[in-house]
Amino acid sequence: MSPHLNPLTGYLLVAALLFAIGLAGALTRRNAILVLIGIELMLNAANLNLIAFWRYGPHPEALTGMMFAIFSIAVAAAEAAVGLGLVISIHRHTKTTDLDAMNRMKG
Amino acid sequence: MSVVFYLIAGLTVAGALAAVLLKNTVHCALALTVAFAGLALMFLELDAQFAGFAQILIYIGAVAILVVFAILLTRGSETPKDGVFGAKPLFGLVTAAGIFAVLGWAVLHSAQALPGAGGSPTPAPTVTVMQIGNALMDRYVLPLEIVALLLTAALIGAVIVAMHEKAGAR
Amino acid sequence: MIEKADQIFVLLAHWLVSFLPAGLQHVAMVLLGVVAIVATFPALFAITVLLERKGLGRMQNRYGPNRVGPYGLFQPIADGLKSLTKEDIVPFKADAVVHFLAPVLLVVVVFMGYAVLPMGRNMTLVSMDAGLLFFFAIGASTELSVFMAGWSSRNKYSLLGAMRAVAQMISYEVPMLLSSVAVVMITGSLSLNKIVEAQNQYTYGLPHWYIFTPWGFAGFILFAIAATAETNRSPFDLPEGESELVAGYFTEYSGFKFALFFLGEYVGMMGISGLGATLFLGGYSAPLQVLNFVPSWIWFFAKIMLAMCAFIWVRGTLPRLRQDQLMNFAWKFVLPLTLLNLVVAGMWRFMGNGWLRWVVCSAILLLAYVLMARVGMRKERFGPRIYRYAE
Repeated sequence: MSPHLNPLTGYLLVAALLFAIGLAGALTRRNAILVLIGIELMLNAANLNLIAFWRYGPHPEALTGMMFAIFSIAVAAAEAAVGLGLVISIHRHTKTTDLDAMNRMKG
Repeated sequence: MSVVFYLIAGLTVAGALAAVLLKNTVHCALALTVAFAGLALMFLELDAQFAGFAQILIYIGAVAILVVFAILLTRGSETPKDGVFGAKPLFGLVTAAGIFAVLGWAVLHSAQALPGAGGSPTPAPTVTVMQIGNALMDRYVLPLEIVALLLTAALIGAVIVAMHEKAGAR
Repeated sequence: MIEKADQIFVLLAHWLVSFLPAGLQHVAMVLLGVVAIVATFPALFAITVLLERKGLGRMQNRYGPNRVGPYGLFQPIADGLKSLTKEDIVPFKADAVVHFLAPVLLVVVVFMGYAVLPMGRNMTLVSMDAGLLFFFAIGASTELSVFMAGWSSRNKYSLLGAMRAVAQMISYEVPMLLSSVAVVMITGSLSLNKIVEAQNQYTYGLPHWYIFTPWGFAGFILFAIAATAETNRSPFDLPEGESELVAGYFTEYSGFKFALFFLGEYVGMMGISGLGATLFLGGYSAPLQVLNFVPSWIWFFAKIMLAMCAFIWVRGTLPRLRQDQLMNFAWKFVLPLTLLNLVVAGMWRFMGNGWLRWVVCSAILLLAYVLMARVGMRKERFGPRIYRYAE
């Protein structure tokens, strides 16, 4: 461990922790919506990484990091909308959002 | 590192943990909103004003509400009888812990090589909203148009996927 | 002397803060501003509530409350005492934590919106580069509080009211943003201070307020419609309609939490009026150049109270819109008009400085309004009723 943690290390560790929590949630929960919540957490962790590097990194181009993060936020919102529409549609067919019960393509 | 950073990081991580661990789905969605708010505060701490406000506006103002509506429309507020975790949660936990270990090792191992490691912080880049607007029309106009197209397609797609079927096809 | 009256609060704050050591002075200035806002706006809320009850009463050909003091002037005190001493009932199956947090979140969020409003010359609490974006971001969080209130009560009427309220607020958020974007486009900055400064000029004694331009006038009307719908005010108050849904999403709240919701709604109304005054009515600038001796903060609060009187007047006059009529209105009328307003504002900017731009812009907006409102809505036919059952 480095003797003096610079601020960038702190932000990167928090982003890694958020990513791991989101991944754990997406892989273990039973409800489909909670998987989407986990995915949103992962996307947010990546955004935090981008902005942390934009702030503390070298700046040949001061705008790229911020623009990347903003586009990522927009795309994540679109993907959340479509994913939740899919979950609603599946619920209408199978009357459940339990991912373990959707095993018709198994075996 | 400052007390403010620890407070905000604690809030965010607590919100994220609550979002994946709680039993009641609506509580999970509200904890996710707390995590989003914590992230917006972190963006503001990092002097990224536009990104912070966009995070609040888009994530808390729209995505959180979307998640909550989806939970209500799929009756997610009833707790399932088999418990909230899937069949074999251990694999997921081990994978996530492994990824965190790898990422953490990478970050701490290269802490000396990161910018600002010498104890002298680099100055914050000044990005005004006018610069962002100019860049969106100038250099990033193609990604802007593609994201607009993507959002339109997502809008139409989500409406069609979630629409009621016609009465005759029922 | 005029300068001193104009800046009296700023000078007072500086004098009070000068007693503290230099390290604490910045924090103390901000804290003083926060205390001033938290003290002023609830007082204005009390005045507004009284004004509303008396005003609505007079419009409905009856006296308002007139027992509690000369002409009922102490009614807000009686209301406050009543709401503080009423029993706080939480339903047995309600979600206690969320039920408690919903009014708290609402009040916190609406007070945070005041941080960027320029209430007088040099009297903005936090002068941000992206102030308008901050206000809208904070305003988007009120929907969450409404939903929390409706869901945590475990009451079908509350939930229905909350879903309707959230759908309505989301639908009218887009026209509100777009009508402000026209102002931002012409000014060139998202900072509310710069927007007010751009309107603070006078030609022949008349101000450069944006409401006196065709796109500004249309924008102001559209913003006012969207603001009325955002704050769930009549004629858009179906979510809290007393005759339809008991009290909508705050049915199960009693005592002080209800008072907090009420406070949050009115303080939010004043915040949005303040924003509308800043964007279209020139903020703290006087209407005529000769009136510049009146302090700037008096003009700002006068404009806010004028907007509140307009809200009360509209409430007493227009009937309530049904939910589907409301959503139709938002997506099929207000939104296309705001987009057209943007285009017209752009044309205004690039057309030079003569009489031609006035004629062309006004003509386009009037034509669009006539086509959409009169001609487009003429074909509403009423066929047999179709029933759709919930599945």
